[in-house]
Amino acid sequence: MSSASEKATETIKIALVGQPNVGKSALINSVGNARLKVGNFSGVTVKKEEVRFSREGYDFEITDLPGSYSLTDYTIEERVTKQYLDESDYDLILNVVDSTNIERNLYLTTELLSLNKKIVVALNMTDEAVKEGVQIDAQQLGKILGTPCVKTSAVEKTGIDDVIQAIINTYNRRENRFHIQFSEVFEEEITHIVSFLEEKKIKCKISLKALAIKLLREDRETYLRFHEEPIWTELQPIVNKAYQHLYLHYDTKDLDDIFNDEKSALAKGAVAETVKFNKEITQSFTDKIDALLMHQFVGLPIFLFMMWGLFQLTFEVGSIPMDWIDAFFALLIDGTKNFLGETELASVIADGAIAGVGAVVLFLPNIIILFLGIALLETTGYMSRVAFLLDGFFHKFGLHGKSFIPLVSGFGCSVPAYMAARTLKNDRDRLLTLFIIGFMSCGARLPIYVLFVGALFSEEQAGNILFLIYISGALIGVIAAKVLKMTVFKGDDEPFVMEMPKYRLPSFKLIWHTVSAQAMMYLRKAGTYILMASVLIWFASNYPKQVEMDQEYQAKVEQAQTEEAINTLNNELALYKLENSYLGIIGHASEPFFSPLGYDWRMAIALETGLAAKEVVVATLGVLYGLGEEHDEQSRGLIEKIRANISFPAGISFIVFVMIYLPCLAASMVFMREAGGPKYLGYLFVFTTATAWSLSFIAFNLTQMLT
Amino acid sequence: MTLNELQKGQSATVTAVDANRELKNRFSSFGLVKGVLIYTECHSLAKKTMEIRINKTRIALRASEAEKIEVVASE
Repeated sequence: MSSASEKATETIKIALVGQPNVGKSALINSVGNARLKVGNFSGVTVKKEEVRFSREGYDFEITDLPGSYSLTDYTIEERVTKQYLDESDYDLILNVVDSTNIERNLYLTTELLSLNKKIVVALNMTDEAVKEGVQIDAQQLGKILGTPCVKTSAVEKTGIDDVIQAIINTYNRRENRFHIQFSEVFEEEITHIVSFLEEKKIKCKISLKALAIKLLREDRETYLRFHEEPIWTELQPIVNKAYQHLYLHYDTKDLDDIFNDEKSALAKGAVAETVKFNKEITQSFTDKIDALLMHQFVGLPIFLFMMWGLFQLTFEVGSIPMDWIDAFFALLIDGTKNFLGETELASVIADGAIAGVGAVVLFLPNIIILFLGIALLETTGYMSRVAFLLDGFFHKFGLHGKSFIPLVSGFGCSVPAYMAARTLKNDRDRLLTLFIIGFMSCGARLPIYVLFVGALFSEEQAGNILFLIYISGALIGVIAAKVLKMTVFKGDDEPFVMEMPKYRLPSFKLIWHTVSAQAMMYLRKAGTYILMASVLIWFASNYPKQVEMDQEYQAKVEQAQTEEAINTLNNELALYKLENSYLGIIGHASEPFFSPLGYDWRMAIALETGLAAKEVVVATLGVLYGLGEEHDEQSRGLIEKIRANISFPAGISFIVFVMIYLPCLAASMVFMREAGGPKYLGYLFVFTTATAWSLSFIAFNLTQMLT
Repeated sequence: MTLNELQKGQSATVTAVDANRELKNRFSSFGLVKGVLIYTECHSLAKKTMEIRINKTRIALRASEAEKIEVVASE
C-alpha cells in the first residue's frame, strides 16, 4: 500500500470471536495474502492464531480466538476466549455468525455486546443461508444491535471488503454507543442505577450502563471496586431493591436464569424482526446421512470399519516412505562414519544423534496420514457422531466418548495418540485419557513380544498369545481408567452435552494448515528433545572408556584363528564394555529392584534402555546375551539364547512389565507437554512403574506356582 | 415428564431446566431454555445417549443430563 507508507500506519487490533463451526478460520483465510502465525497458549493446547495484513492504509492484527458457545468457562476454548476478551488489549471485536443458525449465534453476540466494546458482526455463510431460504435484513439487525452487521461468505469470498470497511468505520467512531435493549423491567432497573451513578459523578472506563449491568450480574471485580468506597452504603440498597424487583418479576432468585432469559429473549426478538424463513425445515442432507451413521445398530459397525480403514492406510501406505526414510538415515550414518573416520566424534554424531533422530523421523509418514484422517473426521462433523455412539460404553469406565480416537491411535504409536487427545475439551477427561494411552501397546513393543513369545511358547500358540497380550493390555487400561477415576480424577462426571454440527465438505486449505502444523511440531521435537536424549544415551552406554580391555582384546583378536572366535571375542568385549559403562552400572544398581520379578541385571538394563525407545530393548538384549548388535526379533539365535537364559516365569513377567511401563522418551516428552508439565510425567512414571511392578510380581509368582 | 422419556420422533416443549449453574449456562448457550420446542432425533443403544434438535441445532446429551430437563410432549 503506497498510501500506507507515507503516513504512520495505524494498527487495528481485532479479536475474532464466534461459536464453533461458523467459519471463522475460513473467513480469515479468504482475506487473502494473510501471513499466518501460529502461536501456542502457554499451558493449554488450544491455539489462538494471529494474522496480520494491511489494507486501506491500516495494519490489521487479527487474533483468531477458539470457538465458544458463550462467554463462560465451560471448556478450555471458552476459558481462553473469555480471558482474552476480559484482559487483553484490542480495539474491536469481529463477531462471526452462522447465518443459517442465527438465533443461537446471536446469543453469543448479546454477551459480546454487554462487554461494551466496539463490535462488527459478520453474517457468514450467506451462500448457505440463501440456499436454505433464510433471508436476513442485515441493516435492520444492525440497528437493533446498535452495531454494523455485514453479510459475508468465506466460501464464495463475498463481503470481505465490506467487513474491512465496517471495521475501519467502527474503529474511527469516537463514542461507543451502548445500544442493546433488554426487556422493560430490566431496563428500568438499569436506569435507576445509572441515574444514581450519574448523580454521584462516577467516572469509569466503560459506560455507566455497562457498569450497572455488571453490578446486577454480581460481577466480582466491580463489587470489589465499590466495596471500599463510601458510596457503597448508598449504592447497596439501590442494587438490592433492583434484585427484589427482578426476583419478583421473573419468579426466580437465580440471576443466571434471569440473564439467560434476557439474552435468549433478545436473540429471539432480533430474529423475529429481521429474519424470514422462506422454506419449511425439511429433511436435510445432514438428516439423511445421520439416519445411517447414527443408526443404533448400523452406526457402530460403520464407524469401526472406517477406523480399520484408517489404520490400514496408516500402516500400509505409511510403510512405503518409511523404507525410504530408513534407507536415507542408514546412508547418512554410513556417510558420516566414512567422512569422519572411526572417531569418537563420528560415533556420537552417527550412532547417537543421527540414529536417534532418524528413529523418530521414521514415524513421520504414519503421523501425517493418521492426522489427515483425524482432521477429516473432525472437519466433516463426523467426530461428534462417534463420540455420541461410543459414549455409553466408555462412560462405564469413567471415560468420555471422544477418548476413543486417542486410545485406538495408541496401538500404532503413543506420540500421535497423546496429540490426538486434544479433541477432549475437558481437562479431567483429557488427563485421564492421557494416563491410559500407554496401556495400548504401541507398534514398537511388538518386536519384544515377538521375541519373548517365540522363546517361551510353541509356534502354534504364538499368534493367540500375541493377540492376548494386546487385548489384556487394553483391558488393564480400561480398568486402570476406572481406578484412576475413582481415586485421582474423582468428582462429578463431566456432563456430555455437545453439538452435532452440520456435515460439511472440508476445506483443503484448512486441512493442509492443521496437518502441516502438527507435522512441523513433531519434527521440531525430533530436532530438540530426541537429539539431546540420543546423545545422552550414547554417552551413557559408551563411557567410561575401557582402554586396557580394548588393547587386551585387540591382541586376542589378532591371534584368533577362525571367524567364529573373532565374533565371540568381540561379543565378550561388547558385553564387558556395556556392563562397565554408566548404563551398566545403573543396571547393576537397580538389580535389587527388579530381582523380585525374576530379572537379572541384563534384563534390568534392557528395560531401562527401553525408556529411550522400545526398539532398543531387543538390541540391548542381543548385546547382553552375547550376540553382537545386529539382531532383530527374527533372529533364531537370539530366541534360542533367551530360551536358555531366561526362565518361563521371568519371561512372562518381563512381557507384563513391557506392556505397562513408561512409553518411550519421545512419547513421554509429548505426554509431558500435552498434560501440562513435568509433574504429570512424574505421576505417570510412578503410576505406570508401580502398576507394572505389581502386576509383573503377581505374574512371576503365579507362573512359578503353576509350572 | 423429563426429556429422556421421549420416544424417537416425538417433540416436546421445555418447561423447566433443573441443573446446576454450569450446565444450565451450557444448555442456554445451545438454545435449550424454558419454552423452546424440542424434537427427538435418535437414541444410542440402551438409550444411554440421545440426540435432540432445537431449531437447527442438533445436540447430543446423556440420559443423566436429559433427566434434568422437564418437558411437556406435544400431540
